[in-house]
Amino acid sequence: MQDLDRLIAEALAVFERIEDPAQLEQAKARYLGKSGALTDLLKGLGKLPAEERPAAGSRINQAKQQLEDALARRREAIQGKKMEVRLAEEALDVSLPGRGLGVGGLHPVTRTLERIESLFRSIGFDVASGPEIETDFYNFTALNIPEDHPARAMHDTFYVEGGALLRTHTSPVQVHYMQKHQPPLKIIAPGRVYRCDSDVTHTPMFHQVEGLWVDENVTLATLKGVLGDFMQRFFERENLPVRFRPSFFPFTEPSAEMDIGCVICGGSGCRVCSHTGWLEVLGCGMVHPNVLKHVNIDSEKYLGFAFGLGVERMAMLRYGVNDIRLFFENDLRFLKQFN
Amino acid sequence: MKFSENWLRTFVDPPLTSEELAHELTMAGLEVEAVEAAAPPFDGVVVAEVLSVEKHPGADRLSVCKVNVGETGPLTIVCGASNVVPGAKVPCARVGAQLPGLAIKAAKVRGVESYGMLCSAKELGASDEASGLLLLPADAPVGTDFREYYELEDRLFTLKLTPNRSDCLSVMGVAREVAAITATNLRLPEASPVPVETDEAFPVEIAAPEACPLYCGRVVEGIDVNAPTPDWMVRRLERSGLRSISATVDVTNYVMLEMGQPLHAFDLGKLSGGIVVRFARQGERLALLNDQAIAMDSDMLVIADREKAVALGGIMGGAGTAVSDSTRDLFLEAAFFNPKAIAGKSFRLGFVTDSGHRFERGVDFAATRMALERATQLIVGICGGRPGPVTEARGALPRRDPIRLRVERARRVLGVPLDDGQITGLLRRLGMSFAEERGVFHVTPQSYRFDLAIEEDLIEELARLHGYDNIPAVLPSAGLAMLPEPEGERHRSEIRQMLVARDYQEVINYAFVDAAWEADFCGNANPVALRNPIASQMSVMRSSLAGGLIQCLRSNVNRRQGRVRLFELGCVFARSGQGYDQPEKLGGLIYGETLPEQWDAEARRADFYDLKADLEALLWPRALRLEAAPHPALHPGRAARIRAGDKDVGWIGELHPEWQQKYELPQAPVLFEVELRALCGRDLPASGEISRFPPVRRDIAILVDEGVGVQTLLDALRAAQPPVVSEIALFDLYRGQGIEKGKKSLAFRVLLQDTQKTLTDAEVDAVVAQLVGVLEHQYQAKLRT
Repeated sequence: MQDLDRLIAEALAVFERIEDPAQLEQAKARYLGKSGALTDLLKGLGKLPAEERPAAGSRINQAKQQLEDALARRREAIQGKKMEVRLAEEALDVSLPGRGLGVGGLHPVTRTLERIESLFRSIGFDVASGPEIETDFYNFTALNIPEDHPARAMHDTFYVEGGALLRTHTSPVQVHYMQKHQPPLKIIAPGRVYRCDSDVTHTPMFHQVEGLWVDENVTLATLKGVLGDFMQRFFERENLPVRFRPSFFPFTEPSAEMDIGCVICGGSGCRVCSHTGWLEVLGCGMVHPNVLKHVNIDSEKYLGFAFGLGVERMAMLRYGVNDIRLFFENDLRFLKQFN
Repeated sequence: MKFSENWLRTFVDPPLTSEELAHELTMAGLEVEAVEAAAPPFDGVVVAEVLSVEKHPGADRLSVCKVNVGETGPLTIVCGASNVVPGAKVPCARVGAQLPGLAIKAAKVRGVESYGMLCSAKELGASDEASGLLLLPADAPVGTDFREYYELEDRLFTLKLTPNRSDCLSVMGVAREVAAITATNLRLPEASPVPVETDEAFPVEIAAPEACPLYCGRVVEGIDVNAPTPDWMVRRLERSGLRSISATVDVTNYVMLEMGQPLHAFDLGKLSGGIVVRFARQGERLALLNDQAIAMDSDMLVIADREKAVALGGIMGGAGTAVSDSTRDLFLEAAFFNPKAIAGKSFRLGFVTDSGHRFERGVDFAATRMALERATQLIVGICGGRPGPVTEARGALPRRDPIRLRVERARRVLGVPLDDGQITGLLRRLGMSFAEERGVFHVTPQSYRFDLAIEEDLIEELARLHGYDNIPAVLPSAGLAMLPEPEGERHRSEIRQMLVARDYQEVINYAFVDAAWEADFCGNANPVALRNPIASQMSVMRSSLAGGLIQCLRSNVNRRQGRVRLFELGCVFARSGQGYDQPEKLGGLIYGETLPEQWDAEARRADFYDLKADLEALLWPRALRLEAAPHPALHPGRAARIRAGDKDVGWIGELHPEWQQKYELPQAPVLFEVELRALCGRDLPASGEISRFPPVRRDIAILVDEGVGVQTLLDALRAAQPPVVSEIALFDLYRGQGIEKGKKSLAFRVLLQDTQKTLTDAEVDAVVAQLVGVLEHQYQAKLRT
């Protein structure tokens, strides 16, 4: 049985040196195969005296098990090493940029419009629209701006051949909508408007959002509440100061201009607010009874408020754009800042 | 409206600083645009008298003056002004004075000691221009501080008035308003008629009593037309932005600023017979004071004498009857013109006057005669002369009927619980006469208020005086009904987001474009044109988004952008019957490489099929169908129209090489335009059974004529497919080596699947054979094996 011990020691040493799975299997055959060394020993059991056989048999089987275990461990070790090498080889430079398409972006005016829309939708305003080539009736007359009214001169209207015009504000949408729907009404109407004016602070086309709420219990106080809330949400400033000043629009009475505390300087005075600490951001008022009369809504029963908001101005204040003309130059370097 | 604060405070003087007063005005709806000092700060300047003037021994243009500044012993001052003469009263900056940007010291000027400086208005910052020294009246008290003497401690207010508040187009009008909003006493001067000194009168007749319901005139005989305008008047005019011209013009302007009533002075010697106020004859000509000769329309009002038109009523006087250096006798006019008769006329003529501006907004018709008396008084005081009796012609003046004001209505509109007492107080401050029943006021507005016609107008007055700041901001409570959310409609923002996710940048272009774009990209020789375009390259309304997109591409390529992917969503315009068709469209283009330049992607130029894939994604799950069709903007072999149902809804293709060259683009972009409406429809998804059995794939490879479109084959296959076919798609296209010229090789993938069982080979073979048969028989395809 000293042979057996030597054999085991030799086999274990051989296994330990092998790095290749195939060689390991060959080595296994050498010791444990049909004509392997251990098998030979088993075969030699018959020559032993009968009383020695069980003990010898059991020892050989133990040895066999010992070698099997050693083989299994070795197989696993070889496999593990192989995996390690493979993993090391397959490592990536994770800092390389991702591959494929880039991402585009919305125009900042659209971005602003969507923000305004979603805020008003959140309190139940629906979105309406109307034509950009308008008639004199919808743009002026139905809004209580008769022909030759001095307010018309303030509008710098573009006229189209044949007497139509490019709407100078989104207010005509009010009229279209009220002709088709009965109160209560609660809409905003975003869109492009046009004025014959082009300089450092004016572009001949720009965007407005018109708002209209007609119901039985709408008041100037609710107008103040809703618009104040909107400005604070839009600029995400809980304590944004707002103020309302009497003003004049032919289609609202009473009318107001709304100012907000300058969001650039915080009210201490800067170039943007002309050192007043206030920014004029919106015109509004209670819908004029003549406007309601034009669309056959009973102004005794229903009251309404309306407002008109300049979208470019809101975008400029929100994102710090200092020249309105940039919006329509469509320079990708400018636009991509808002992506 | 610009005026001097000191002038205003002669009528109403609330205990407020200039800033506080400006704030009150702004918050009452009379927006103060600017408050400026009448002059920048300076000190050490006094009224001085020039005693003698001698030529400077060492300089031709300089004088050496002895100047009395009210102290013992005259000062020697070197002066360079040409209008310095002995006896002149001038402002003098003494040694130690601080002028705007200049400190005065004793100095040697070309060898002569000088102890101060004689000043021009410009040097004192009191005027923008000056020719020589500011000459003061002979009675100016020597030694007085100049700031005090010249009333420089004054502020100039500029109001941005809304068109409804014509009553504030005068200093008295603003004073009335200040009195109301600050609850301060108003001190307007008592106007008394000027004693008549001659019987000389000039007849007046109104032939258009609707347009001109009141015309007052008077002769002033024997005036000194060249008498100088007093300093105080010049100053007030200048501080209101008007330059002094001559005494008669200055007085009419002054009264207009003071009372709001425009006036006109004619040279009586140039008028013949009498005044007639009438409408112009169509084309009647008149040379105006501004050197413009106009042809009038028949709705324009003229002031005429027995022979000719002498003024454009309410807007501007004529040149032929203007007061000149040799005028001796005046005819002074003060009239009321109906706003409707004046409105729009000067806009049509292309100029604006102070008079027209006021009349078209409304002038106090109860103060017309008072203004004439005031002007007479001032003219007689300055130019002398003998005033004649006032001649007056009248038509029907506007009425001021009482307006009903319900307390309940005011509360309901404002959301403020005003009571009768408060309303009474507010109306009193406004100076309005009213009668009160319980809960209802009957308010009669003043003759100068043209903006108060209905109950809401009065409610606004109450709100203004109550203070908009004192109206609470109330968040509304309302019935909470949800908004409709139609699932069959895709919102614009979803479409935009899909394009953004596919690497498109949104742009917004002007809706008015160059007529050449319409011709080139749309074949539109007759686009909707603007009558008053702002520039020739923005003169017509776009009928397509293509021009703007190409322009954006060009400008960005010029800024060295090599890869551009743009879209725009906007309206386009076309005539339609009596009106216009203005649908919203979505347009886009791709240019340059498919992918941004990167470390591990093969560069490939984006082409038709790349853009088509994006359009397919936009329409998904509906199928995009294209039909080859030419388009003016596009390469004729690479152009298609987009079909939806049986309608054309857009086009797609590569820019025509001709336009690529003309618009100087290094490569041709691929572009599309589609009606937004066609993209917004969407079907509600309906779930079906999912098979538990594995799909079987069979490929069909065929040779077919080049001219046969893949869409045609797919349509035929799909029309013939039995229900077990779940998908048919093209997966390979090959031309070239091994393929006969004029043919192409196509390979289709066919997926078959049954929900109930595994398909047998025989069943699959039968389906494939049937599909192959369709291709062979209908399109002469040859099966490749």
